[in-house]
Amino acid sequence: MSKTFTLDGKTIPFKDGQTIIQAALDAGYYIPHLCHHPEFKPHGSCKLCTVVVSGHQTASCTLQPAEGMVVESETEQLNAERRALTQMLFVEGNHFCPSCEKSGDCQLQATAYHLGMMTTHYDHFFPNRPLDASHDDYLLDLNRCILCSLCVRASRDVDGKNVFALAGRGAQTHLIVNARSGRLADTDFSATDKAAHVCPVGVILPKKRGFAVPIGERTFDKQPIDAYVDSRLARKES
Amino acid sequence: MGSPDTACASYLDPILERYGYRSVNLLQILREAQESFGYIHPDAVDYLMLKLDIPRTKIEGVASFYSFLHLEPRGKYRVLFSDNITDRMLGSQALMERMCRNLWAEAGKITEDGLLSVDTTSCTGMCDQGPALLLNNIALTRLTEQRVDDICSLIRQQVPLHAWPTEFFQVTDNIHRKDLLLSEGFVPGAALEAALHRGAAGMLAELEASGLRGRGGAGFTTAVKWKSCRNAPGEQHYVVCNADEGEPGTFKDRVLLNSYADKVFEGMTLCGYVIGAKQGILYLRGEYRYLLDKLNAVLTRRRAQNLLGKNILGQPWFDFDITIHLGAGAYICGEESALLESLEGKRGTPRNRPPFPVTHGYLNQPTVVNNVETFAATCHIATAGGACYADIGTAKSTGTKIMSVSGDCARPGIYEYPFGVSVRQVLEDCGATHTQAVQVSGPSGVTVAAHEFDRQIGFEDLPTAGAFMVFDRNRDLFEVARNFVHFFAHESCGFCTPCRVGTSLLRNLMDKLHNGHGSPYDIKEIENLNQLLLSMSHCGLGHTACNPVLNTIVKFRPAYEARMLHQEFTPAFDLDWSLQAARQMTGRDDNLAHLSNTEPLP
Repeated sequence: MSKTFTLDGKTIPFKDGQTIIQAALDAGYYIPHLCHHPEFKPHGSCKLCTVVVSGHQTASCTLQPAEGMVVESETEQLNAERRALTQMLFVEGNHFCPSCEKSGDCQLQATAYHLGMMTTHYDHFFPNRPLDASHDDYLLDLNRCILCSLCVRASRDVDGKNVFALAGRGAQTHLIVNARSGRLADTDFSATDKAAHVCPVGVILPKKRGFAVPIGERTFDKQPIDAYVDSRLARKES
Repeated sequence: MGSPDTACASYLDPILERYGYRSVNLLQILREAQESFGYIHPDAVDYLMLKLDIPRTKIEGVASFYSFLHLEPRGKYRVLFSDNITDRMLGSQALMERMCRNLWAEAGKITEDGLLSVDTTSCTGMCDQGPALLLNNIALTRLTEQRVDDICSLIRQQVPLHAWPTEFFQVTDNIHRKDLLLSEGFVPGAALEAALHRGAAGMLAELEASGLRGRGGAGFTTAVKWKSCRNAPGEQHYVVCNADEGEPGTFKDRVLLNSYADKVFEGMTLCGYVIGAKQGILYLRGEYRYLLDKLNAVLTRRRAQNLLGKNILGQPWFDFDITIHLGAGAYICGEESALLESLEGKRGTPRNRPPFPVTHGYLNQPTVVNNVETFAATCHIATAGGACYADIGTAKSTGTKIMSVSGDCARPGIYEYPFGVSVRQVLEDCGATHTQAVQVSGPSGVTVAAHEFDRQIGFEDLPTAGAFMVFDRNRDLFEVARNFVHFFAHESCGFCTPCRVGTSLLRNLMDKLHNGHGSPYDIKEIENLNQLLLSMSHCGLGHTACNPVLNTIVKFRPAYEARMLHQEFTPAFDLDWSLQAARQMTGRDDNLAHLSNTEPLP
């Protein structure tokens, strides 16, 4: 018999070594998340997946459940705090959804809708972030970077290339690429890299193709993010 | 074109050689590369990539994390004014402006001739002899207008640092009250002899009986930590001494390392004996670079005395040695898991826990990380026994605590007391009068108001890493809190969203109040942000970043109310202030260049 914990009253089975969010997603139960990706090692930086376990708040992507553990996720308080974190990510960068190629396919945007975020609330930082169009096939628009480090992990752990890394500290943290010139074109990045396909927002974008799928027919136009559980997971037979 | 190999090899090869061409030593290699060349040149990055077999992204990611490392040219003379509130209270801001004026420099920038860069840095641990600055990472103390002028002329004449007057670099201990730890007469080796006599299990039992708790502030029971580490399986065990004394207002480790280094190193060796480690590492904060040679000399002497190295005290099985790792300006590395990352040559980002360092620490091996003062205390437990130690202090806080006293008092410096001493007693001893508040344990600690001065230092009431900053009735506690909030925003590692963005938002709100745009709405916003930081942050930095504001809002409400010039929400944006850049560019500051002084448009 497999071990279980409860998430908002529902019984969730888990295997040894799984984190709370992994078990929850496998069971078809959505916990908001941005830096977590079903195929990658836990990271724990965005903090959106924070849940309450025996009175303490903790990121569900880094904590492994124990038999009989009681976990709360869909509470008004947690969702309010997740909404505030999402607002923080919006004001920290420059996000112009209406003109963004990723609109409708963007996890940040879809998460904001899910959490009922109506405004960005905080004063915008309006950071000066560069655009790198040097590469033949791909564009980097760092205005939209939320520092989830998925591209860093994909390039390092899957592609074996280390094309991306985080540099700087604190509010100056930013994404860099592996070239003395600082240009993507001068790295060994390629369109077939895993790193080219993991960005949850609109930073790493293919060139020569724009709005191929019209707005209105995109991933999160069809159904909200929580209905997918994670749009990157293989669909389960129901 | 000369290959970068030949140009860089001359200064990088000896460094790489010393650090065994191991990328785990990346931070030390980068620090020394910069000491040789002035900054980390792109050619040097190319060379290190090749020799260490690591990607450029790793090198740039690490170098850009630490405040004292530079990937771009800095001035030949790099001046960093310590920007703790105690430095400010001693006039550091005016002195920095004076230096900039004297030398035609602009804060935060390098002068056009490349001679000088002037900026601020977080507390350099010289609060009892400030204002202080770091010049090419070496500490200068007791700045006055005269001394700043003298420094300026030395810089102008490009006199090399070693030819400067030695009194500029003088750092004194300023010990005003001694107890157990600061007592004289410790004979190097005595504690080790005693421990060997007791045996490792016996030593652990004495440690348990002593009730010793970690002196870094968190107060974890030392015996439990050592025992867990001793029992944890691993290829190697490690002893790490946390001397990254970054909490503003704290400088007791500086004094312990300057004058009592034998106790610290002997405590580390004791730990090595108990947990079965062969290697110890002292993580020394970059601000204490000036202590490095002296500490290395102590290590060399201890090796000669057979107190370090192979077959310690003639025991054929007892090998233990200590190396010193220098930090490079990152407060977050005082957090033990970030410190371990930094030791491994990485960005100082706190790890996800569990697992904890006692089982998975340095290089994923069982590791004890303790504070400087904790290790020093274990020497006394080894020699006199645990029961003797437990007799000092209070039931849950045994032993003594060294306080770093600074701010508005007649005798700033070091005071060692048995735990349980009242705030009032310390204030009386250091000659503080008309005291309005004391910040105990630095910005992440507690603001203690006058009606609480009978509270006691100890884990039961006021736990502390040692900082004790005194503010008299003339000080504005809002400005104190604002300085601390700026500190946290500067030192956030940037890993998690709430702390990376939240500390900046908090700083902006405090600045908004400071600039006269505050309303009750902003106070509510500050409280909401504090709640979010507390509940969502990854580590203690985010959790405690709100302490100074939360404390002062409750205890010094009038200081905030004086800032609430508006009842209704007012935006932080101010049109006239925003024209500052235009005024600077056009060189104008006359009446008509200010909005408030122009006639309204018809």
